[in-house]
Amino acid sequence: MTAPVISAAAAPARSRSRSWRPAAGHVFVSGYVVLLVAFGIVPTVYALNLAFTDSGGRFAGLDNFVRTAQDYRFLAAVGHVGTYLVLWLVMLAVLVLVLALLVHRLTAAWSRATLRFVYYVPGALAGASSVLLWLFMLDPSVSPVDGIVRALWGSTFVAVVAPGHLPWIFTVIAFWTGAGGWIVVMYGALNGIPHEIIEAARVDGAGPVRTALRVQLPMLRKWIVYMLILSLAAGTQLFVEPQLISQASFGVVGTDYSLNQLAYLYAFDQNDFNGSAAIAIDLLVVAVCCAGFFVAKGGLFDAD
Amino acid sequence: MRISLLVKGLVAVVLAAFALFFALPMVWLVLASTKSPAGLVRDNPLAPGSLGTLLDNWRHLMDFQDGAVATWMGNSVLYAALAVVLTLLVSVPAGYALALMSFAGRRLLLIITLVVMLMPATALVLPIFLELSYVGLVNTTASVVLPMSFFPFGVYLTYIYFSTSVPASLLDSARLDGCGETATFARVALPLAKPVVALVGFFSFTQNWNNFFLPYVMLPNSDHYPMQVGLTQMLAATPTFNPVVGAAAEVQPPELVLATLLSITPVLLVFLFSQRFLVAGLTAGATKG
Repeated sequence: MTAPVISAAAAPARSRSRSWRPAAGHVFVSGYVVLLVAFGIVPTVYALNLAFTDSGGRFAGLDNFVRTAQDYRFLAAVGHVGTYLVLWLVMLAVLVLVLALLVHRLTAAWSRATLRFVYYVPGALAGASSVLLWLFMLDPSVSPVDGIVRALWGSTFVAVVAPGHLPWIFTVIAFWTGAGGWIVVMYGALNGIPHEIIEAARVDGAGPVRTALRVQLPMLRKWIVYMLILSLAAGTQLFVEPQLISQASFGVVGTDYSLNQLAYLYAFDQNDFNGSAAIAIDLLVVAVCCAGFFVAKGGLFDAD
Repeated sequence: MRISLLVKGLVAVVLAAFALFFALPMVWLVLASTKSPAGLVRDNPLAPGSLGTLLDNWRHLMDFQDGAVATWMGNSVLYAALAVVLTLLVSVPAGYALALMSFAGRRLLLIITLVVMLMPATALVLPIFLELSYVGLVNTTASVVLPMSFFPFGVYLTYIYFSTSVPASLLDSARLDGCGETATFARVALPLAKPVVALVGFFSFTQNWNNFFLPYVMLPNSDHYPMQVGLTQMLAATPTFNPVVGAAAEVQPPELVLATLLSITPVLLVFLFSQRFLVAGLTAGATKG
């Protein structure tokens, strides 16, 4: 909103002192640029280099990509991650929007604030902590919701973490830690919709459901796409959840469930850095495409 | 009228059910840490144990591998704190320069920052490992802290803050008064940037504290583990999740619960104290467009 005003004010200042200020700007960004080069650009270039060469350092074309893709574990891992992503993104979109719309419609301010807070708090947990907590939630012998766990997935922990259940389990864990933040974001975006528009829809005879479908959701479209693309990019990188579950599952779940685990195995079990780099590049391409989609589309994050 | 009442009831049930879904695991975690191993299985999952048992669990936890838990917590604090300081030192000036100064390459740097910011951090972990293993830095504090300090989201946040909340005319008048670039930044811009410094610090801290993949890959030595990676070591020593350890188990389930609780406490505390201002920060983007 205020951005155009500011840039208009800044424009003359910039052009006036073009002769000396560039150097000052470069000094200010230098630290960041060093880190960006060291931990963004160089590793990418190095991984690309590894992915396209063999263990002797000779150019290998697409050999590493073909070899890893033909690994019997590769397609299985793609399937696992893909199934999880479909489930997780559908659940995320539907439930986050329903909950944000419902919370937004509440009339009492205290209940809105309390619910947003309760939904949001698990967002503080991620990584191994949240997975461990859920290992307990999924163990019927100690879980506070053992009735639900038994009914859905089985009466022993090993039966619960059967590979077929994992996409659901990862969805539950990801939803538990991640959904609250998005509910708050969507709530904020709903607040940003001018009141007159909602009022006009009401006067035209639209009920709450029709208002949500025809007015509110279309106006949230940018945020929904943002949420889905970011979650898609993050979901392809699945690692800690299957890693801990395979560790705790008495061998029911292998350590090659997700693509990142497979890349890890190539580097650490097989000492095949070239193969590992090829899988890492596969995953990086997906992440960069997701990110590039936004920057190219512009709308949400205008660089200027 | 009756239908609308029914709908209202249904809405209340749905909202409450989800509140339970989000809150129950946390409540359970606190309660379970106060129980004995037998009590954890036998008692009602939502019945509290006793303070004495909690202290017993705490003692056992601290005895685990001669105080490994304290070492891991210390490592977590060290890594997260160093990374936050470095992140702030490089991101704030960078965001400031991108927003309010003009220099060659500015637009390119902004675009790269946006792309990298939208990429999940885990996407670069293996390439960074391959790079650091090439230069022989693996298994050092630097191998974890330096990659954590690269936090493009922080640069983006400061960039947005400086370009929307600090008028360039203010900086110009400082320059007219004879302030150099550094003095203008340090005396005028920086004091105004306190909210965004806190916000970047918070996000960087939570992300670093919860980071698992990077330290898991970089640090093969247990003495260097942060808490998140240490937890997996404890998981492997708990009988419920690893029958091989059997009766000789070093860790009982309630102790693992307590360790999990301990591992989330710092983040949770920061989180609870800065809730209001976080929500404002999260939704700041929503009011932008």
